[in-house]
Amino acid sequence: MLRIASLNRGENELARRMGAKQDLIMHNQPLADASLVACPHCDLLQRLPEIAPGASARCPRCDKELWRRREDSLNRTLALALAALFLFVIANTVPMLGLTAVGHAASTTVVGGAQQLWHDGQEIVAVLVLFAAVVSPGLQIGLMLAIVVAARRERPPAWVGMLLRHLPFARNWSMIEVMLIGVLVALTKIADYATVIPGVALFALFALVFLLAAMQSSFDPREVWNRVRWADEEARHPEAGRQMTEVTL
Amino acid sequence: MTALQQGLQSCDTCGLLSRPVPGADEGRCPRCDEELVFRKPASLQRTLAYLIAAAVCYVPANVLPVMTTITASGRESDTILQGVVLLWSPTGWPLSLIVLFASIMIPSAKIVALLYLLITVRRGSIENNRQRIRLYRIVEIIGRWSMVDVFVDTFTVALIQLQPLMSVEPAPGLFFFAAVVVLTMLAVESFDPRLIWDSASSKEIQPEVQYA
Repeated sequence: MLRIASLNRGENELARRMGAKQDLIMHNQPLADASLVACPHCDLLQRLPEIAPGASARCPRCDKELWRRREDSLNRTLALALAALFLFVIANTVPMLGLTAVGHAASTTVVGGAQQLWHDGQEIVAVLVLFAAVVSPGLQIGLMLAIVVAARRERPPAWVGMLLRHLPFARNWSMIEVMLIGVLVALTKIADYATVIPGVALFALFALVFLLAAMQSSFDPREVWNRVRWADEEARHPEAGRQMTEVTL
Repeated sequence: MTALQQGLQSCDTCGLLSRPVPGADEGRCPRCDEELVFRKPASLQRTLAYLIAAAVCYVPANVLPVMTTITASGRESDTILQGVVLLWSPTGWPLSLIVLFASIMIPSAKIVALLYLLITVRRGSIENNRQRIRLYRIVEIIGRWSMVDVFVDTFTVALIQLQPLMSVEPAPGLFFFAAVVVLTMLAVESFDPRLIWDSASSKEIQPEVQYA
């Protein structure tokens, strides 16, 4: 109850009046020892060791990788994300596949594929394809760019954390590599009936698969979380008289 | 010792450990503002619900055709399995195998694997924890590859529009197939892997910890 008094009273009152339950849930107390973590896969409490860049720490019980420290994470991720953005724009503006057969010619882009499905009455699948092949990868690149640019500041603003929260979702549903295999299979099928011409976008997508993987693996979210402005900024400063919690392992 | 046994909550989003204020059983992460829970709410029920829905959709996904080819001589519909057979050729067989794995084996293996995890967690099993968490991780990684067939059909349909000579249309099976992929991915997401370890932890069996 002591803690609620220390919250911003005006904001709290507003939240109460708007009936926003979520804003009334109090913030937890952080641990005094910031190197303690729990494994996300088995909940084992443990201390993260200081590790060298490139090294990784794993959970001793379930072998989950808890942290892989990256060298020069922000700069490298920024460079890769910019390159990925460039290829993403190309991949979605120029034709990906062309076809000629007995005097007919046709070509399609990634979005064109979804459009044709929509046109043929498979609206839900069309939305799913668009989401997995265009929206999520775009979101993944966009979020990453915003995060690494803003995280270069001494004290990154709290909205960086908001963006970082949604990055795993975008990454999980971004399926360019799966689409590429799908396109290969479609090519092989169609090659029986017609001459298929791979478009520039196909090569851009191929490179994008590797760039996205490199971008994700060069990024070290822990580095950003360690510096970001906290939602409950007072809680991280024990001298403000706020309680921190002690744990003995 | 687990975080739960210490009354600590670990943030799924930013990884910060914190303790709910005295008297409260839930709280928000002081760093990233995420609402914290000890375990994903109703994890087993939700996962089971998604799995049942996926298993129901799995039948029409494989029985109904996913594509219809319209030529001057008539209409011909193919199911996923027929697509695999059609693709089988001296040069195309590796791709045919990929589709067979991604479209038919992975979705069914995912449903069976998650059911196995659900049942063992429900029964409070404390055995094979390492194997079970590995199974969960494999399911998590390979699940997305089932989408291959959705993309194959999308781009086949988009390209083969050579009216009146030949055209390809999506068929109703495609929707059910896409539904299986999405539902199983949601099932994986709603399953809390920490449940695998909870019975062992609560029975106070000290895990054999090996430090590498």
